[in-house]
Amino acid sequence: MDEKNSAGKLWIYIMKSFFKPMLLVLWKDILTEIRNKDIILASFVFAVLVLVICNFAFDITPATVQILASGILWISFTFAGILVMTRSFVVENELDSLEGLLLCPISRDSLYWGKMLSLFLFMMVVELLLLPIFAVLFDYNVLSLSLILIMVLATMGFATVGTLFASMSVNTRAREIMLPILFFPIVTPVLIAAVEASMSIIGGGTSVINIREWIEILIIFDVVYLVVCPWAFGFVVEE
Amino acid sequence: MINKTNGLNSEPTSLVGNTKLIYASIFISSVMMVVNMYLIFVWAPTERIMGHIQRIFYLHVPMAWLAFIAFFIVFVSGVLYLWKKDFKYDRIASSAAEIGVIFTTIVLITGPIWAKPIWGIWWSWDARLTTTLVLWMIYVGYHIVRSYSSNRAQAATYSAIIGVIGFIDVPIVYFAVDWWRTQHQRLVVGVTSADGSLNDDMRIVLYFSLIAFTALMLCLLWLRVSMKGLEMKLQSVKNNRKNSQPLS
Repeated sequence: MDEKNSAGKLWIYIMKSFFKPMLLVLWKDILTEIRNKDIILASFVFAVLVLVICNFAFDITPATVQILASGILWISFTFAGILVMTRSFVVENELDSLEGLLLCPISRDSLYWGKMLSLFLFMMVVELLLLPIFAVLFDYNVLSLSLILIMVLATMGFATVGTLFASMSVNTRAREIMLPILFFPIVTPVLIAAVEASMSIIGGGTSVINIREWIEILIIFDVVYLVVCPWAFGFVVEE
Repeated sequence: MINKTNGLNSEPTSLVGNTKLIYASIFISSVMMVVNMYLIFVWAPTERIMGHIQRIFYLHVPMAWLAFIAFFIVFVSGVLYLWKKDFKYDRIASSAAEIGVIFTTIVLITGPIWAKPIWGIWWSWDARLTTTLVLWMIYVGYHIVRSYSSNRAQAATYSAIIGVIGFIDVPIVYFAVDWWRTQHQRLVVGVTSADGSLNDDMRIVLYFSLIAFTALMLCLLWLRVSMKGLEMKLQSVKNNRKNSQPLS
């Protein structure tokens, strides 16, 4: 009985000290976004523009769309993602609200996870909105559950690294250029795995057997960086 | 008044004072480098199939190994900096990162020069080459962050984080690219590198070259670290003077 009680207390403690502040940070971001629709709208429009540019750059025809689809999707996802990350932290920085958050009696981890989940959520929304647009523009159906699973895993990797690097680059000079320079080399494995796995799913399915390996790489990356990035985030906000 | 916590007070002179030792190390590594050049270009036997171009191997391979060692030093000193917050480790990390980038650049330049006549192409996106390129980009980013940071502590912390994360990333990149390459058929067919088929003379030259370049790397690292120590000392003297001047 006693043990159960103390386990319950521990659970309540974790809920109060970690999950609740995390959800509050997340909710703060969602609420701001609902009110000004700044981040999602801008990056969505940008992502559509990337699709249009890709159309001209690659001269996409019904014959080639199968090969190019996954590459184009991930180009627009990553570029839109960069925009989401930068915007999300620039907004925090402009009004010094990040400092306000740091003054709150909450752990750095809850702050990191809250920001990470909000980035993840915004990026997922933009990506999911893009899928039907892609289907219409290129007359090629890309909607599938396994693709969405890949998107979730890869976007998780992006958001994990992105939260850390965006929080860093927003404090440097030339912050718009800093984030992509730091971010893209690090997420190379995610990009490769995401593009290849999506290719197997939406590109005719010639190598379906290999999807498992790609998912493994995505999971390894996500797990490693979900451990390392919150740790490093503590040092970034210490400044 | 010098703020103790910002590290300006930490004594960087311990290594710097030994100018004689520095000169000695420069002399030793220069002599070794001259001997190394003689061994590579004169003494080493010419490879039967590849010909003279194979001699680039004695520069390319040690450079690549030492670049990895340099980045390992960046990783370890980065962790130590984040842990102890001592600028000594930052000086070591940033100096090692500079050397690592230079060595990787040389690897990336000598590689294609060697590859073109042997493979018939300048570049192939295989795991080793792609990982090296990504590695190079990560550590170029490392230096860009340093120069764009608003203060010294920030530069040290941010670059330490990149040094740590970049190093952790490398095996995953290698793993991912390796998988990716096994999916696509290889473009490179031809004479493979001399792995395992080295004769004894070639091995001696390779090992000597490795030792000579290690000496060079350590010498450069030492020079850079002590130079940064002096820069910091100068800065703290300037700050002191500024602080002690009466306001007019």
